[in-house]
Amino acid sequence: MSIVIEQPRSPRSRKSANWEKYGWLYMRASGVVLIFLIFGHLFTNLFLGEGIKAIDFAFVGGKWSDPFWQVWDLLMLWLALIHGTNGMRTIVNDYTEREAVRKTLVWSLWSICAVLIVLGTLVVFTFDPCPAGAAAELLPSFCPAK
Amino acid sequence: MATEFEELGAVPSFTVTLFVRRFNPEDGQEARWQDFDVEVHGTDRVLDALHKIKWEMDGSLTFRRSCAHGVCGSDAMRINGRNRLACKTLVKDLDITQPIYVEPIKGLAVEKDLVVDMNPFYQAYRDIKPFLIASDKPEKERLQSAAQHSKFEDTTKCILCAACTTSCPVFWTDGQYFGPAAIVNAHRFIFDSRDEAAEVRIDILNDKEGVWRCRTTFNCTEACPRGIEVTKAIAEVKQAILRGKP
Repeated sequence: MSIVIEQPRSPRSRKSANWEKYGWLYMRASGVVLIFLIFGHLFTNLFLGEGIKAIDFAFVGGKWSDPFWQVWDLLMLWLALIHGTNGMRTIVNDYTEREAVRKTLVWSLWSICAVLIVLGTLVVFTFDPCPAGAAAELLPSFCPAK
Repeated sequence: MATEFEELGAVPSFTVTLFVRRFNPEDGQEARWQDFDVEVHGTDRVLDALHKIKWEMDGSLTFRRSCAHGVCGSDAMRINGRNRLACKTLVKDLDITQPIYVEPIKGLAVEKDLVVDMNPFYQAYRDIKPFLIASDKPEKERLQSAAQHSKFEDTTKCILCAACTTSCPVFWTDGQYFGPAAIVNAHRFIFDSRDEAAEVRIDILNDKEGVWRCRTTFNCTEACPRGIEVTKAIAEVKQAILRGKP
């Protein structure tokens, strides 16, 4: 007769989605994309054409009238803010000892992040490059007032 | 001047100052540093210096040691700010012009002097099921190729001394974190071709307090007295979790 040895403990059941795993993946993926986006941003703003001397209201207004740069800046905004806030969240998780303090800090972080993302998104999409009554020499070349 | 006879084969000896972190739960005092001037030989280890203190100067000094040869993992302690085994650290290899600071490993409750409560550490080890789980009956040996073995050979070297886990800054503030040692021992079974419960261990470590708390500071790899590449093992477990299999 053989002896049947039971498994010491039954395996844990599958838990629901684990956010830490996706957070970890997000940090790596967004980091790689941000390197490309940020250096592309710096290169076009500071090196191409007249370089830093070209940056004025007209330059920024012109960029944000182009859907390509709207998407570029929007991606940078969202990826960088969530990347940074998640990084701050892990630091808070690592170094706070009291649960109430931790919750307050994490909640504040995500609130600030949400406000900044909403405001930034609004600016990228609703920016008016040709405000009425502005001095003509400050406006981009495509404005009717020019 | 020394004679020729004394010079031949003589082991140089010198005096070092040891600052030892003392704590006695019964005297109601805070932990404090106490210094001892100890005459040691060039071949002596920090453990020998501690023995000299305990046997010849102050019998109340309390620390753990068992085999005293780097295998049992009892005498991990923080020596000059780094986690090491006292039995594998030669005094002459430290900067002996300065005092040597010896304190208990961090992140676990101190019970007395250099002795800490290891139970939370062992509990994390138990939680990852550190034993072979196989469905077939153990009637003959389970064969494995050298290539299959090489996947987890490094992590079989662990002696559970806790030097890695107690060098981890995440573990210092969050005692719930499984810690490097538990993940190393999970790695040892996850990548073992004879084991059938890799998914179970992967599931256990895919937890809020599991591998994702690792910040890859490499403190654990630097602390390991057995030279295990601990951070690499943790990274391999992260990869296994992303794949869902070893």
